[in-house]
Amino acid sequence: MPLSRAINAGLRASLAGSDRVLLMGEDIGKLGGVFRITEGLQAEFGERRVIDSPLAESGLVGTAIGLALAGFRPVVEIQFDGFVFPAFDQITSQLAKMTNRLEGAVQMPVVIRIPYGGHIGAIEHHQESPEAYFTHTPGLRVVSPSTPNDGYWMIQDAIASADPVIFLEPKSKYWQKGEVDTSARALPLHASRIVRRGTDVTLVGHGAMVTTMLQAAVLAEVEGISIEVVDLRSLSPVDYGPILESVRRTGRMVYAQEAPGFTSLGSEVAATVMERAFYALEAPVLRVSGFDAPFPPAKLEGVFLPDADRILEAVDRSLAY
Amino acid sequence: MPEDPALIRFLEADGTFAPTPAAERYRAAVDALSDADLETFYRDMAVIRAFDVQATNLQRQGQLALWPPSYGQEAAQVGSARAARPQDHIFPSYREHVVTKIRGVDPIDIIRVMRGLTHGGWDPTDPKNGNTHIYTLVLGSQTLHATGFGMGLVFDGRCGTGDPDRDEAVIVYYGDGASSQGDVHEAMVFAASYQTPEVFFLQNNQWAISVPVSTQSRSPLYKRGEGYGMPSALIDGNDVLASWAVTRAALDEARAGGGPQAIEAMTYRLGAHTTSDDPTKYRPSSEEEAWRRRDPLARMKAFLLTRGASESFFADVDAEADALADDIRTRTNALGGLEADDIFAHVYSEPHPLMDEQRQWLAGYEASFEGGAS
Ligand SMILES: Cc1ncc(C[n+]2csc(CCOP(=O)(O)OP(=O)(O)O)c2C)c(N)n1
Repeated sequence: MPLSRAINAGLRASLAGSDRVLLMGEDIGKLGGVFRITEGLQAEFGERRVIDSPLAESGLVGTAIGLALAGFRPVVEIQFDGFVFPAFDQITSQLAKMTNRLEGAVQMPVVIRIPYGGHIGAIEHHQESPEAYFTHTPGLRVVSPSTPNDGYWMIQDAIASADPVIFLEPKSKYWQKGEVDTSARALPLHASRIVRRGTDVTLVGHGAMVTTMLQAAVLAEVEGISIEVVDLRSLSPVDYGPILESVRRTGRMVYAQEAPGFTSLGSEVAATVMERAFYALEAPVLRVSGFDAPFPPAKLEGVFLPDADRILEAVDRSLAY
Repeated sequence: MPEDPALIRFLEADGTFAPTPAAERYRAAVDALSDADLETFYRDMAVIRAFDVQATNLQRQGQLALWPPSYGQEAAQVGSARAARPQDHIFPSYREHVVTKIRGVDPIDIIRVMRGLTHGGWDPTDPKNGNTHIYTLVLGSQTLHATGFGMGLVFDGRCGTGDPDRDEAVIVYYGDGASSQGDVHEAMVFAASYQTPEVFFLQNNQWAISVPVSTQSRSPLYKRGEGYGMPSALIDGNDVLASWAVTRAALDEARAGGGPQAIEAMTYRLGAHTTSDDPTKYRPSSEEEAWRRRDPLARMKAFLLTRGASESFFADVDAEADALADDIRTRTNALGGLEADDIFAHVYSEPHPLMDEQRQWLAGYEASFEGGAS
């Protein structure tokens, strides 16, 4: 099934599993959300479990905090990546710090779902990659599924988490299909995963970029280059085990992301890998990212976003060391 | 539902001139309008409707990324825009196509935004654009910008001098959904604190995508203005005369130093929220039908006919509308692309090493493909 249906099924399972779970957001009820991720859930669980909220993001997250204090597990949908910023204060100053300030007396099981990233040809504020703002904030967990199976399981794990989780949905992959095994979860929420084996270079990334990295790997194979691909899955905390293991075998790493590169997640992972696997590296860890400019008008997103060619260019540079 | 006694309306749905009691205050101004004025109102509405329909079609044909239709909201927009003086400043949200056109913005500039060629579209400082600021997609943000601009007018003594030809005011547009945003409330707080020369013009088109206005507010939205200490009015937003008269009075008051004013225009979005939306999922077609019978154009046309407007006038308007629609289609198809390099233009006003570095990298990268296999 496609990622959109998988997340829908995961939400349904969580709603059915506990009546403390609530969904809140703009247009998520009757309409089922602008991407239809919550389609049918209000009809099934009622208007008090699946709430069409007033049009106010700060209000959404702020009240979700209050609901969590009252013992609920709210799952907030932000309609588009660019509209999370009106809620930024509530997320970073309030939600992220509440458990810490209360010295553990209270948990904050709040999930913020955000469709993010480019490749849908939209207008401004509809194609952002805001992950670094959240990974930079202590107290938040940040995850991003890249496959339907992960969408199904990770949303349930995020809802079950006692901590606030920023759940980033790669919107350009909503319609991409994949197998979903509803009988057993493959990996814990915070595990990274090697999705393709290879011997020459390790590619690391998350979300929609995983597909692009796999494309690059297929293209590279034709030229006799064997590429390993690691899906981060959890952006904070990062599970370095599989990444380091892979880099120790290949000796080379390229990080790929849609977000601008300056002080980004890729920068952090690259620095850490260089600290921990320095003697295994044959080349510096390289980064491929969006440019350090605002996400451009749709007609230029193909230039802005790293594609398989841009990744392969970095692979070539890495191999040239 | 009984009508709110505060409602200001001149034209009934069938075009009958029948001012409500609340409208009497504005009666003299409306009576003073010439036939030519009234015909201009109709022309504005009809021409932009043709543009709107054309743009919707262009989107359907894949020429635009998105289109937010203005269909059905023409009277609120035309009346308020025609009420503004040339020196006034306009802060739209993203559906005010006819407002921008009246102020002089070329409609192709909106098309360029929706086609994915620019995030802005036009230069508010270029005199030909009539002090019209760009569209704002983050709901409600522009109400703060408008208020800050109004504060600037106050600080510079550009309002309240008693010279109506020189005094300036600001009008800001926002929707019933946006009225829930914290920004809008904070804008009202600042506006009231600094007594900005500003009109908060709320187009209540009943729906914020799929969510009805009852989710945003339990009390009539115009009353919120009162809560912040602003004179506030409720108008029939499908009556261009009410929209014009009330906005004119509010802007005059603001310009003269009377502080911020609020207007709620009751109207209806007859089409989809945007071309990505499917209203049949959330609203009954009977509701749409009921509002279709209150169509702002039909109402004005009936009124003009009773005043003796000629067939040739309407034929002339139709021809102008068709011509604009054709012109937009032709010019949309002729729009060029962008240079890859444009990504780095205007990120900063002053030189920035990261921009230089990345611009150079991109140029080299693109050059590496030239003459290559692809
Ligand atoms: C801060 C923010 N949140 C969400 C959105 C997505 N969105 C775009 S338009 C819209 C509904 C707006 O309704 P309203 O303010 O009534 O204006 P209308 O579109 O009806 O003219 C929503 C939810 C947005 N643009 N900005």
